This record gives sequence, structure tokens and C-alpha cells, in this order.
Amino acid sequence: MKIKAQIAMVMNLDKCIGCHTCSVTCKSTWTNREGAEYMWFNNVETKPGIGYPKRWEDQEKYKGGWTLRKGKLELKSGSKLSKIALGKIFYNPDMPEMKDYYEPWTYDYAKLTNSGEKKHQPVARPKSAVSGETMDLDWGPNWEDDLAGGHITGPKDPNIEKIEEEIKFNFEQSFMMYLPRLCEHCLNPSCVASCPSGAMYKRDEDGIVLVDQEACRGWRYCMTGCPYKKVYFNWKTNKAEKCTFCFPRIEAGLPTVCSETCTGRIRYLGVLLYDADRVQDAASMPDEKDLYRAQCDLFLDPHDPKVIEQARKDGLAEEWIEAAQNSPVYKLAIEYKLAFPLHPEYRTLPMVWYVPPLSPIMSHFEGKDSIQNPDLIFPAIEEMRTPIQYLANMLTAGDTEVVKEALQRMAMMRSYKRAEFSKQPLDENRLARVGLNARQIEEMYRLLAIAKYEDRFVIPTSHKEGYMDPFRAQGMEGFGGMNCDGCGPASPRTESKSGKELYEENFYGGIWRD
Amino acid sequence: MNWLDHFVWVIFPYLCVAVFVVGHIFRFRYDQFHWTAKSSEFIEKKQLMVGSLLFHIGILPVIMGHIAGLGIPKEWMESMGVNEHVYHIGAVYIGGLFGVITLAGMLLLTTRRLTKRTIRQLSTTSDLIVNVMLLFIVFMGVFSTLVTTNVQPEFDYRETISVWFRNLFLFQPDASLMSEVPLSFKMHVVAGFLIFAFWPFSRLVHVWSVPLNYVRRSYILYRKHRQQSVRR
Repeated sequence: MKIKAQIAMVMNLDKCIGCHTCSVTCKSTWTNREGAEYMWFNNVETKPGIGYPKRWEDQEKYKGGWTLRKGKLELKSGSKLSKIALGKIFYNPDMPEMKDYYEPWTYDYAKLTNSGEKKHQPVARPKSAVSGETMDLDWGPNWEDDLAGGHITGPKDPNIEKIEEEIKFNFEQSFMMYLPRLCEHCLNPSCVASCPSGAMYKRDEDGIVLVDQEACRGWRYCMTGCPYKKVYFNWKTNKAEKCTFCFPRIEAGLPTVCSETCTGRIRYLGVLLYDADRVQDAASMPDEKDLYRAQCDLFLDPHDPKVIEQARKDGLAEEWIEAAQNSPVYKLAIEYKLAFPLHPEYRTLPMVWYVPPLSPIMSHFEGKDSIQNPDLIFPAIEEMRTPIQYLANMLTAGDTEVVKEALQRMAMMRSYKRAEFSKQPLDENRLARVGLNARQIEEMYRLLAIAKYEDRFVIPTSHKEGYMDPFRAQGMEGFGGMNCDGCGPASPRTESKSGKELYEENFYGGIWRD
Repeated sequence: MNWLDHFVWVIFPYLCVAVFVVGHIFRFRYDQFHWTAKSSEFIEKKQLMVGSLLFHIGILPVIMGHIAGLGIPKEWMESMGVNEHVYHIGAVYIGGLFGVITLAGMLLLTTRRLTKRTIRQLSTTSDLIVNVMLLFIVFMGVFSTLVTTNVQPEFDYRETISVWFRNLFLFQPDASLMSEVPLSFKMHVVAGFLIFAFWPFSRLVHVWSVPLNYVRRSYILYRKHRQQSVRR
């Protein structure tokens, strides 16, 4: 056994309101630069829909993630040798193009004030940020937000295509949910495995997956390798970029920007301890439906004295073990089994977990015409507006049973608290049917509904002072010092200042000066 | 031997090689960040597929052919049983075939770079220079192989250019060997040396990043914090 620690995230989709604050704050922190306009390290998709890039979940097209070849784990896009030998290095057939994401654009705002007197009001026309040409927009970021055009894109959602029965997209029967997506910082990252230059790596201490900008040679296999399409190609610097999990913040014990700014307080960050020796076995389960359970089995009980002893031996600081014991992620994903990894069938063992949403069924047993018998929760779950099969296709490789159980636990928590507040009697023995006790229900309620800042984010600091002089290292890293034009904020092409100059003028110590 | 000959066939090649070597050391040490394959596949995919595959599949055997033709003395070749006739067939037919493939690829890539608006916008001056130079070099190479050798069959580059080329590396440069060489070959050689001088400052550096050790390495890489040498 070799214990490693991973900073993981849980998102409670039941509370996501699709406000895109996470995406916007992430963008203004990380990808507000030329060459990176089209990149959304974090984006929020409306499901069902084809997403960003279009149909990213279709691995027959994009060949992301891993597959089993003769029982052995292999990259879906082909072995290491095939990439070098078969000419794929000269042309990558499985790589997405810019048009699969969208072509970034800006508007000709000057026209609005410069235009002479005319019969009609002047119009700011969209101009491509790449070529400067006027564009006709037919796709862009969040084009299908809130099911816009859902009757067209919805049926093309790969998770819908996998459902055998017909799904209706007319207004009365449609359903929707939000899916915020960022890099999964996988335990078995296929992007890292795909990088021929060895520029991508997983940090040993906290599991964050990064691209070494100095070592990247722009071969672009990582884009194909990542099944979530969360490694991007900067068309200005010609290098790969991805979500950094805001590592400078994590190192200081602060939550990522997307988590910090989440208005719905749906995000949780915490430490998981896992057995690094068993990662490959867990990813190699023959049956896809076993992958979720195999992944859960990798995580070790941070209260187990044997685990604590081994963790100390493997060099984990006391603070990290303590954080693992208080980890909200461990509680939600492992203890209560409420959160699931996104598409475990990609075999990357993703580390951003999702609590599935309870869609409109609650009126069955809450509110005016509610069913009096709380036992009807269980059949009611089956009647949920969002088909359970749809959630299962996203979260458990199609296993509806575990998703149903999670939804039942959430519904049980609601009726328990409802009974408490309305002073109705509730037989506590019924809690055992969903595998919980009253203490756990209370804790779940506190974590999910109250969601205090210090309960959501339990992040130990990385103690950089142990191996470097952090005072002297201030301002030594980051895009600012790279002497590259594509590394400052996006600026109009006519501006005489370079992106770097603008960056240095306006950005100081992580704060924008107005 | 006039001054110009001496410059073109002695000073110029050494200058180019020196720039090539020093330039690479400099670039590798101080500019890792811009060292990339600089692929434009993300912007345009269909034309790149044909152009890039043809060019790369053509250029690799062509480079091997140059190593054999320039590097291995004629006498060695003959002692190995490769006589003039066999060599000629190999060089003209096989070399010519791959030369034409390379040229076709290069023509497609150049057309793409100049006509596709987004690609042209994203091209730097360096990209355009590399493109035009490569097209010229490949064209002169194919022309020399297929046309010049037929028009002047008495000319044997293995007794002139190859000897001159090897002598450069033995530090016994002899410009007189190049005086009778047909113009097309001369242009090919000069442009070839020029692109070597330009190499370290262009996208061509990606050639040295061919990820051969990828095949042997383990899939997942971890990096650990190390004691960094922060000046105190």
C-alpha cells in the first residue's frame, strides 16, 4: 500500500442554479488572454445538450480516455507506438478543431460612436478574434443555455442516445439540469498518459494535474486523450493549457475561484486518501458498471489507525491526515454515497464528483397536495422528471440502482427535516432502510443545506516553506514572467501596448486594478 | 578560384553550421517556452491532413537518401556491391518518387498557408520564410534529380558535391569541386545551408523534439516538490 492524498471536489447539482458565476470568475482569473478566449477551464452546460465542445461525450468520435484491449488498459486513441509510428504525429485524426468549441469573437464597438448620421442606428457587428473578419454567428459559448434549441441539440446528447425508450423534447415533457464542468484531476489521467513530451504531470502531494509550459511541444495528444475535453490548445502560444485547480490558492489553503464564488454554495473541496498501488487495477475492471464501486474502494478510511500509520510512513503531514478526517468530499462521496464521478466508463477515475439533482417530484410529498404517506418517496423517485437512466448514463456507466439509492437518501433527509420542523412524528427506523442514522442525516443536512464555508472547504496548506523561500519566490511564477504576447489580457488589435504590458500595468498580486 | 566561390562554398557553409549549433544551444537554454510544433491543425484540419502527411512521409526518406548520397563515399558503396547503375535507379526513381511526394505536400501546405485567411493571419514572418524556403529547396531538389540529371547525364554529384560536403567536415574545404556543378544543384545546396542557419530560430526546432522516449516511459507521470535552489 502506498498512500497518496488528492484534493477532490464535490458539486451538489441539486442546488446549481446555472448562473455561470463560476465560469466567469474562472475566466477573468485564468483565460482572459489572447489565444485563450475560447477556453473555459470551467463551464456550465445545460443537460440534455451536446455541450462544449460539441458532443464531447462521444468517444467514438474523439477517442478520449482509456479502453480495455485484451483485458489490458490502453488509451482509446491508440498505443504509444501507434502514435509515433503511424504518422499520427503529423496529423492527429481524433483532435477537435476550433469550430467544435466555437470561434471567439468581439464586437466592432467603435462603430457605435464613430458612425455618421444615418437613417438607421449603427450596429456593432461581431468580428472574429482569430482572423478579424466579420462573422455570422451560429454557435458560441452556452449556445444551448437553458435548453435553447434543446429540441434540436437535446436528441443528439450521447447520454440521451443511450436510452432505449424515446425521450420527449416537447415543452410539457422536457427536463433539464445544469452540469458545471472543469478538469477532473483524475487518478488515472489519460491526458498525462497521452503527452509524448512528458510535459503533463500529476502532482504527487495533492494530485493536481498540470501542463509544464516550458516542456510542452504542442503535439496536442492531450486534447484527444482527455475524454472530458478539458485540455485546450492556445492558438497564440501553440501550447496546451488546462484548469490548474487554482493551485496557488489551494497551496495556501484557499478554495478554487470557482468554488469560492459559487453563489449556490454547491461546491465542496477536501482531501481524499487513496492507495496509489491499486489505481491501475481499479481502472481495469472488466465490467464498466463495476468501475464506480472500484473507484470508491480505492479511498481509505482516514480514521482507521492502520491507514493513519501508513499515511505517516508515506510522508503525509499530520495536518493533511486531519483534513482527510474532516473532508466533506469523503463524507459526501464515500460515507453517504451521494456523489458520483462523471462518466466512470472513461476509466480515468475522475476526482470531481456530482450529487445528482432531485428534479420535480417533490410536489408528490411536499406542499399542498402532498401524499401523506412518506413511504411513497421510493416509488415517487421513479417518477422523477429527469429520467434516472439519464443520470446513470452520466454518473455510473448506466447503473441506475446506485443513483436511485442516492436520490432516496436525499429525499429521506428532506422528509426527516420536514417532519422535525413541522413537528410531525417520523419513525427513525425508516432511516435504516436507506442505510443512514439520525446523526448522519443531521450531518448531511448541515453539509448540504446549511453549507457553511468552513464545512465546504477543508483544505490543508502545502507548507512550501519546507522546500523553498516563499517570500523571495513571490511574483516569480505565472504567465506574467513568460515574456509572451499571448499571456496578458485580451486586448484590441489596434492597441499599441502588448498584452504583457497591459497585464503588468493592471494586474497586481492577484487583484485587478480598476 | 575567385573570391565569390570561396565565400559561397567555404565561408558561408561554416557560417551556417556555426549559427545552427550556437543558435540551438541559445534557444534551448533561453527559450523553451516558444519551442513547439506550432501546429495549425486546431484552426484547419482537412487540408492540413493531406499536406502534412504527404510532406512528412516524403521528407523522411529524402533525408535518409541525402545521408546515403552525401555521407557515404562512392567507393564504399561500390565495395558493398552497389554499383553506379543500382545507385542511379535508387536515387532517381525512389528518391524522385519521395521528392515528388514531398513537393506535393509542400505545395499544398503553402497554398493553405497563403489562401486560408485564419491560417495566414496566425502565420508569423518566420513561418512564411520557412514555408517559402522549404518549397524552393524541395522544388530545386526534385528538379535537379529528375531534370538536370537527364539533361547532363555526365555530371555525377557523388564525385563533386558529396566530396566537397564531406571535406567540409574534415576541415579541408575545397571550393573548386563545386565550380562545375550545374546551377540547379548549386541553388539547392546554398538554400539548404541557409535554412540550417535559420533552423534554430524557427518552428523547425520541433524536429529535435520527436518524442522517441515516449514509447518506453510509463503512462502516468508524477512530480514531487523538490528542494529548489532559491538564492538566499
